[in-house]
Amino acid sequence: MSNDPMIHFDRVTKRYPGGFEALTEVSFKLGRGEMAFLTGHSGAGKSTLLKLIMLMERPNKGQIFVGGQNLDRFSRRQIPYFRRHVGVVFQNHQLLFDRTVFDNVALPLEIAGVAPREIGRRVRAALDKVGLLKKEKVFPITLSGGEQQRVGIARAVVNKPPVLLADEPTGNLDPELSEEIMKLFQQFNQVGVTVLIASHDLALISHMRHRVIRLDHGQLQIG
Amino acid sequence: MKDAVQRGAKPSQGNRRSQPAINETPSRQGASAGLEQSSLEAYFSHHRQTAKSSLIRLFSTPLSSLMTWLVIAVALALPMGLLVLLTNVTGLTADLEGSSRISLYMKLDVEDQAAFQLSQEIKKRADVDSVHFINRVEALEEFKSISGWGDVLAYLDNNPLPSVIVVQPDSSVTNAGQMETLAKSLGETPGVESVQVDLQWVKRLNALFEVLGRSTLAIALLLGVAVILIIGNTIRLAIENRRDEILVVKLVGGTDPYVRRPFLYTGFWYGVVGAMLAWLLVNGALWWLSGPVNQMASLYYSRFQLSGLSLEATGLLLVVGAFLGCAGAWMAVKRHLDEIEPR
Repeated sequence: MSNDPMIHFDRVTKRYPGGFEALTEVSFKLGRGEMAFLTGHSGAGKSTLLKLIMLMERPNKGQIFVGGQNLDRFSRRQIPYFRRHVGVVFQNHQLLFDRTVFDNVALPLEIAGVAPREIGRRVRAALDKVGLLKKEKVFPITLSGGEQQRVGIARAVVNKPPVLLADEPTGNLDPELSEEIMKLFQQFNQVGVTVLIASHDLALISHMRHRVIRLDHGQLQIG
Repeated sequence: MKDAVQRGAKPSQGNRRSQPAINETPSRQGASAGLEQSSLEAYFSHHRQTAKSSLIRLFSTPLSSLMTWLVIAVALALPMGLLVLLTNVTGLTADLEGSSRISLYMKLDVEDQAAFQLSQEIKKRADVDSVHFINRVEALEEFKSISGWGDVLAYLDNNPLPSVIVVQPDSSVTNAGQMETLAKSLGETPGVESVQVDLQWVKRLNALFEVLGRSTLAIALLLGVAVILIIGNTIRLAIENRRDEILVVKLVGGTDPYVRRPFLYTGFWYGVVGAMLAWLLVNGALWWLSGPVNQMASLYYSRFQLSGLSLEATGLLLVVGAFLGCAGAWMAVKRHLDEIEPR
């Protein structure tokens, strides 16, 4: 069981309506507890690959397994329950600006039906991990870019997903902040979370010493 | 650090022990989550919170909310007001039915003396209040004076008119059905040629009310559809305004019912508060009418009073308001919300 990969792409092809082929026959495995970077030029298919794992898109050919489960088998109604096991961090962090940091981070727990008294404890634990415990009552608009991204990360990990995905999480940040954010991902990886980060920041990736999955025009580059 | 992440793993989900994993089938997760007490608690807590926050949201834009509420209130108040007036007037005519009289035309060969005696016997009946006997001579005189055919009658050898017993029913006879029964029973009395009940106009009035009742129902249905459309459109705008939020909620695992809930509650509040305002409008209008109505009633020597919305009618108004609100919201949610999918 533990030899099962956490994420397994088996000859996956994704073609968008209109004929653009974002991914062609992509196959790879990412082990449980592994951390990897997904790189490539813009338009290489990084976002599409992440969207396929999130079930935001469906492949045209091939199969995807996450945690040993074939994603084909998830009906539309089951997708939300699947998504609760996958944390996602976005480049534009997708925070809701009409509610506090606490409420933003609490959202996945409320959705999952966690008891209200339990929510406070877990939200503070997540905010503590990203170093924003003191900012729980403020609104995201008053935070810096790096802080906003850390709120996004807290929200992605608050319900302890076994898989954490990130789409250009450092895209808008300066190198110093970027490294801080990457270290945060590393910390989650160290406690057993499988992490896959799409990024084109090659300088940063090269000194992180993790596996690199490289896409070029929708095809996997070996090496 | 390591502990912190693993300790937090939900104890109820046995699949996550030391290594996080996605093992359970999603359907089972859904089912078991629903059965958990804490989840059930969270479910109701979310309902409560959503109900509250969607109402607060409406009050946070008071002017536009008030306009929508007023439109709904007017649309609900119109048929409700008509219904109340109709109920009032129907109650009024029910009294009139009982005040009608029955005329018994005797056979021509019955002597006035015998007919008078019969009238006295009829008077003893429990369902009869009083009788008025008109003998043949009186009948002829009355006919002459009213019809203007007196000259023609002079050519006739004998009086063609029968004697008449006019019966005033007891006050216990209140509706048309009871009147008919009484008239039929009187008509079977020996010596009576024919019976005439003075009910025609009451029947016509009732038929008119039937038409008005149906019209009110038609208006109510049309305005009900209008309310659904108004609320549907308002909810559609609310969905557009909260598009980002919907996307995020869907991305972090919000189910369709979860995403719909705040909008359904918003529709519910539009309907219920609209119905409350409609109640105020109807009662306000009744209060405004009560002065002239009382004056009119006193001119007719009637103790008639305008009755307001009954408890049942108030309940009906609120239930209808809530239902229309939810229906409108459901329509908008079905059409616009389910289309919003993260891309």
